[in-house]
Amino acid sequence: MERKIQEQNTNNNLSGTMSSTQQNGSGRVLLDYLKCAAVGVSIENIQRSFGDNYVLRGVTLDIEPRETVVILGKSGSGKSVLMRHIIGLECPDSGHIFVAGEDINDPDFKKNHVLAMVFQSSALFNSLSVAENVALYLREHKIFAEESRIKEIVSSALDIVGLQGKEDVMPSQISGGMKRRVAAARALVMNPDIILFDEPTAGLDPMMTRTMGDLIRGLNDKVEITQIVVTHDIDLAFYVADRIAILSEGQILEVGTPDQIRSSTNSGVIDFIKPQFE
Amino acid sequence: MNSVMEFFRTTGGLLGLFMETLYWCKSAIRNSDKVFAQLYIIGNQTLPVGALIALFSGGVLALQAGPTLAQFGLEENVGGLVGLSLVKEIGPIMASILIAGRVGSAMTAELASMSVYEEIDALKTMDINPIRYLVMPRFIATVIALPVLVIYMDVIGWFGGALVSVVNPEIHLSFDVYYRNLSELVDFTAVMNGLIKSMFFGIIISIVCCYVGLKTKGGPREIGYSVTKAVVMSFVLVLVSDYYITRILLFLNLD
Ligand SMILES: Nc1ncnc2c1ncn2[C@@H]1O[C@H](COP(=O)(O)OP(=O)(O)OP(=O)(O)O)[C@@H](O)[C@H]1O
Ligand SMILES: [Mg+2]
Repeated sequence: MERKIQEQNTNNNLSGTMSSTQQNGSGRVLLDYLKCAAVGVSIENIQRSFGDNYVLRGVTLDIEPRETVVILGKSGSGKSVLMRHIIGLECPDSGHIFVAGEDINDPDFKKNHVLAMVFQSSALFNSLSVAENVALYLREHKIFAEESRIKEIVSSALDIVGLQGKEDVMPSQISGGMKRRVAAARALVMNPDIILFDEPTAGLDPMMTRTMGDLIRGLNDKVEITQIVVTHDIDLAFYVADRIAILSEGQILEVGTPDQIRSSTNSGVIDFIKPQFE
Repeated sequence: MNSVMEFFRTTGGLLGLFMETLYWCKSAIRNSDKVFAQLYIIGNQTLPVGALIALFSGGVLALQAGPTLAQFGLEENVGGLVGLSLVKEIGPIMASILIAGRVGSAMTAELASMSVYEEIDALKTMDINPIRYLVMPRFIATVIALPVLVIYMDVIGWFGGALVSVVNPEIHLSFDVYYRNLSELVDFTAVMNGLIKSMFFGIIISIVCCYVGLKTKGGPREIGYSVTKAVVMSFVLVLVSDYYITRILLFLNLD
């Protein structure tokens, strides 16, 4: 119900942004399909430990609708663990996560909201081809009755991530960077309210990193979908973020626009974002 | 103490998975393509080698029993003996071991690698229930395929026994005598007995192999451990439950 209303609210906006879309014909099919509900997230004091390893020690963060927030943190700081909590794969020891005001662990939550995640490991289904991977959600949930529409959406999604023509290739035959992009396409066709990217650029060459950055930024500018990106890639963070949050010692050290973060006086933040090689 | 806890946890987990799989069988029709895909895989992997095993097992039964029976002039009973042993005991057990070794191990390996490489998590985030999508088709396919494989192996085993009985000079029966005796002794209840058993074995093998696969955490090494564990656990549970199922069937006068 709520979702319907949001949809109506956003439709005008969508057509406005679409006119400025630079995407070619095929890519637009998907962009037109994305309804980009305006959904915010509020993470309230999430705590999580594994044995005596206290990974999250009270993470609190509000993400506005249509915003792209980048969570920056060192390797092992618990970024992936936080993402798994937001998408509902793990339950916190204490604290709550709300999406559009609804607790993500409510039984009805999945009926009203779709969250998609691009895993750090891509997590493609190895027994399915690239196109079948991307189409799986549409097929299993019977989103479209006609197979032709599924094909159209899938090839449009592959087009957007620059993998046109790779439909019938198996995941084992493509590179890590391509897998990550297939995973992004697979997340997009879910028409999610929110997309989560876990280390979208880890292990990618500079060119691929750029493509991935452009994709996230394009989704932010053109579709205005709410996005949470977790990374330790500082350049990427400043390139795509509306706001950046620094995760350190299991807590959010500072949140702000890229400019605010750049001019932060917090020594932890300065240490983190200073150039690696001077 | 730990292993006691582990035992109860595993038993509970297996029963839980079984119940949940039964629940998801309600969408079997809608997912019939996946069930057929699994049936096709099972058939492909078991029919050729199953024929070979059955032929020789039937043969060895006749070879062991035939000369002894012939000493007492009872050689025309070879047909019934081979027929009954295959139908009630050896057929279901051989087919189960074949399915656990060839199909169950592959199921565990596949599901374990899906767990380890976050594919199961990806399914969950896509709101696709892994038990409906992965376990239920394998469960139904195994429970259907195992009895079919048993009938198939029974028939080939009978033929193997017949060949040996005809060719072996110490037994030296005609096909006619062999099959007349076989059809007198192997009746409907004996066949049903074997089929009911094999259905239970199918439940055990598919649930054990899927459970162990889905519970796998870690890396490639753990996938290997899981496969071994699932196959051994299937064998043990099949052989132990065989005794109890036989007891129950005897009690119900189905034997
Ligand atoms: N299932 C688990 N069991 C036990 N410990 C875990 C588990 N998952 C994560 N951890 C621990 O949580 C901590 C954070 O892990 P996490 O994967 O979130 O790091 P990360 O910030 O994503 O690092 P990277 O940038 O390398 O991906 C690590 O110390 C890890 O050992
Ligand atoms: Mg991580």
